[in-house]
Amino acid sequence: MSKLDSKIPPGPIDKKWTYHKGHMRIVAPANKRRIDVIVVGTGLAGASAAASLAEMGYNVKAFCFQDSARRAHSIAAQGGINAAKNYQNDGDSTYRLFYDTVKGGDYRAREANVYRLAEVSANIIDQCVAQGVPFARDYGGLLDNRSFGGVQVSRTFYARGQTGQQLLLGAYSALMRQVGKGTVRMYDRHEMLDVVIVDGKARGIIARNLITGEIERHGAHAVLLCTGGYGNVFFLSTNAMGSNVTAAWKAHKRGAFFGNPCYTQIHPTCIPVSGTHQSKLTLMSESLRNDGRIWVPAKLEDAKAIREGKKKGSDIPEADRDYYLERRYPAFGNLVPRDVASRAAKERCDAGYGVNKTGEAVYLDFSAAIERYGKLQANVLKIENPSKEKITELGRAVVSEKYGNLFDMYENIVGENPYDHAMKIYPAVHYTMGGLWVDYNLQTTVPGLFALGEANFSDHGANRLGASALMQGLADGYFVIPYTVGDYLADDIRTGPIDTKRAEFDAAEKEVKDRIDHFLSNKGTKPVDDFHRALGKVMWDKCGMARNAEGLKQAIQEIRAIRADFWQNVRVPGKADGFNQELEKAGRVADFLELGELMCLDALDRNESCGGHFREEYSETEGPQQGEAKRDDENYAYVAAWEWLGEAGKAQLHKEPLTFEEVKLTQRSYK
Amino acid sequence: MGNMKLTLKIWRQNGPNDQGKMVSYPVNNVSEDMSFLEMLDVLNDDLVRKGEDPIAFDHDCREGICGSCSLFINGEAHGPGRLITTCQLHMRKFKDGDTIHVEPWRAEAFPVIKDLAVNRSAFDRIQAAGGFVTVNTSGNLVDGNAVPIPKDDADKAFDAATCIGCGACVATCVNSSAMLFVAAKVSQFALLPQGKPEAKRRVLAMVEQMDKEGFGNCSNTGACEVECPKGISLEHIARMNREYLAASVTKE
Repeated sequence: MSKLDSKIPPGPIDKKWTYHKGHMRIVAPANKRRIDVIVVGTGLAGASAAASLAEMGYNVKAFCFQDSARRAHSIAAQGGINAAKNYQNDGDSTYRLFYDTVKGGDYRAREANVYRLAEVSANIIDQCVAQGVPFARDYGGLLDNRSFGGVQVSRTFYARGQTGQQLLLGAYSALMRQVGKGTVRMYDRHEMLDVVIVDGKARGIIARNLITGEIERHGAHAVLLCTGGYGNVFFLSTNAMGSNVTAAWKAHKRGAFFGNPCYTQIHPTCIPVSGTHQSKLTLMSESLRNDGRIWVPAKLEDAKAIREGKKKGSDIPEADRDYYLERRYPAFGNLVPRDVASRAAKERCDAGYGVNKTGEAVYLDFSAAIERYGKLQANVLKIENPSKEKITELGRAVVSEKYGNLFDMYENIVGENPYDHAMKIYPAVHYTMGGLWVDYNLQTTVPGLFALGEANFSDHGANRLGASALMQGLADGYFVIPYTVGDYLADDIRTGPIDTKRAEFDAAEKEVKDRIDHFLSNKGTKPVDDFHRALGKVMWDKCGMARNAEGLKQAIQEIRAIRADFWQNVRVPGKADGFNQELEKAGRVADFLELGELMCLDALDRNESCGGHFREEYSETEGPQQGEAKRDDENYAYVAAWEWLGEAGKAQLHKEPLTFEEVKLTQRSYK
Repeated sequence: MGNMKLTLKIWRQNGPNDQGKMVSYPVNNVSEDMSFLEMLDVLNDDLVRKGEDPIAFDHDCREGICGSCSLFINGEAHGPGRLITTCQLHMRKFKDGDTIHVEPWRAEAFPVIKDLAVNRSAFDRIQAAGGFVTVNTSGNLVDGNAVPIPKDDADKAFDAATCIGCGACVATCVNSSAMLFVAAKVSQFALLPQGKPEAKRRVLAMVEQMDKEGFGNCSNTGACEVECPKGISLEHIARMNREYLAASVTKE
């Protein structure tokens, strides 16, 4: 029997949210002052939620492990944020954004949530403009747009290649305004290490002050987890070094179901791995695919010569290049969705066409764009018969204006100028669509415990489209939770402050302290990173871009072995009562070692290919779609929500069936 | 792994009240493709294996945008190279056999937490004093295109807004002044119509908080601009000074 109630409101899809808002209970202003809310994480979802709830009158406590709320990893998002404004008059609408997102997610998202996301998307832009977010504008002073993968309209708003930074700083400024007013108490350099459940409801957290090491108890009437994704389970990813699953995992172990853990997004355009010292991977914004063309040599001997350093990409004549995305997907070309582009790169490299030492890289080439823009610019400047050099010079200036910061970033890391030599890119782990299962109100299966942004599973199905993460984080924080949390808190107006001296707090605190003591007293020999790296390799090889049942079964055994080794042989130096970064890492890796197994279990259960989850056994074997992912809607059109059963590797699967009333399920085709 | 051999002289300090000292560490097998922080990872890995206390330093995104990393390397904030943060500094900028000095940001307003990690909360408090536009979350705001903003103003506001709050300007300044940081925020909002209504209040409140935190005065040496990883221009300080003067003269 399923315990899952998605609480989707009645009525036609475009009326559900309005109906729901009109029928929800609300908390009167005088009562809001008596209610405490904890927000964990200060990225787009957390900062926007904390600021909005404080503005409404709730007492908010906000937590982040970084030294400032402004440094949450949303800051690193480059490309843009989608909104159905239809400023470009290209046929965009709420419905089209909804449709694209459901299709892009390979029909594994909940329709009602996605529609609401599309509905509030336009408000986000207005809100951010009002906060002073300096979006890109055209010469008329109006907002500019660009296009992103998987769609055929231009609906992406951006601030050069730093959109996440600008949106986060907007939300952060709103948050700091409340901090200044005393309505939000900010706890930076604090890490949540457990959630406390009292009488079946989330009533607080245990947090560690990362400077003093003190273990603190914080009570509240509701706890909001806005703690981001778990891509760092792969060790190498585009996530920040500190990004972790700990808050979400503790919630899972306290009763919150984990939704679709195997859905991970492998982003096609990242800088390839250069060596074993590598600590993280760097993304090159998807916006580059607007102008860059992706290719590998068409001849194996050319690829081999390039790998051996005997030839360069520029030596390969046009006729001997394989623009494989344009070849396979003529309708969308280089702008196919991320999962499709990533798999296509892997397919070429596996076949022996990779273009760097490791054989795991393809070209992202701007020479055609430089020439095209150069000619256009020469026309604008009325230069007749421009020389080739002049065209290149003019074209480079245009490309630099659009993508300059990304090109500089590439050159810094790789040591090669991408204007002269085509960029080399390869897919890397970037985002996790899975996360804590939530209902339409963003509430987990634990009453009073909510999950927002990347930390929940809700809106992106099996594959997230570009520029949709920022949209979801801010939609959840600014426009969804302020309403839905009130409906829950309406029962708490007479509860009074939560007593943190209760036995439940004692017990949770003891568990946290015991674990820290174990780490520090363990007489191991190996640093935390050894285990993290080993886990990452298993996950990438066997639960990465392509999976199969055999590999996943092996992965589960291997992860168990690494986990046992970790608890026995990890060495964590230093003390509990002070700044101790190795201790922080140890706690996070311990949780990744449990999560990794659940991801494999989920991937093994899902005997189909959908979005970012590609099972080698389930692909089209013939016809025009040969090699493409093969979904199984009859048996797998559900959300897999896993319940913790007391130990790692033991989990009970609950299914939330997905019903599609608006969108017809078809095979996703970008051909 | 590579084959560069380096000698690191690193500031070790157990806490804010500890005296602290430079300690020398040899590091071998450094590859020129490593970032500076990855090189420190190698050293820390080695220290942990030997049972020693690894070096504490702040870092997170490792792609130059979060503003966490904060090292003073060979006398320069974020080390040699312009327009980059420490995490974007790669070892190809150094030579085999080099000795490299690594220190924390040094400023009274940024007390050392441990080793190379410092407390920059003063920046948050300056932001909380006035670094915002007073607007609540509302689903009924005017359309984002209702007020056209000249592209030039929007671009300049963006340039100011790219500040990552790392504190390199403070660490570089002989007076430990935070003027470039504060000016970037004041300037961003002063250039946009949304920021105008409370421009006076903002600049007065932010400057007052900045002084309270113990940052020094600006003596126009321009060093902050040179070391700023985002190239925030001194122009913004000039704009803030104008804003501040106008606000002071006309305040009630």
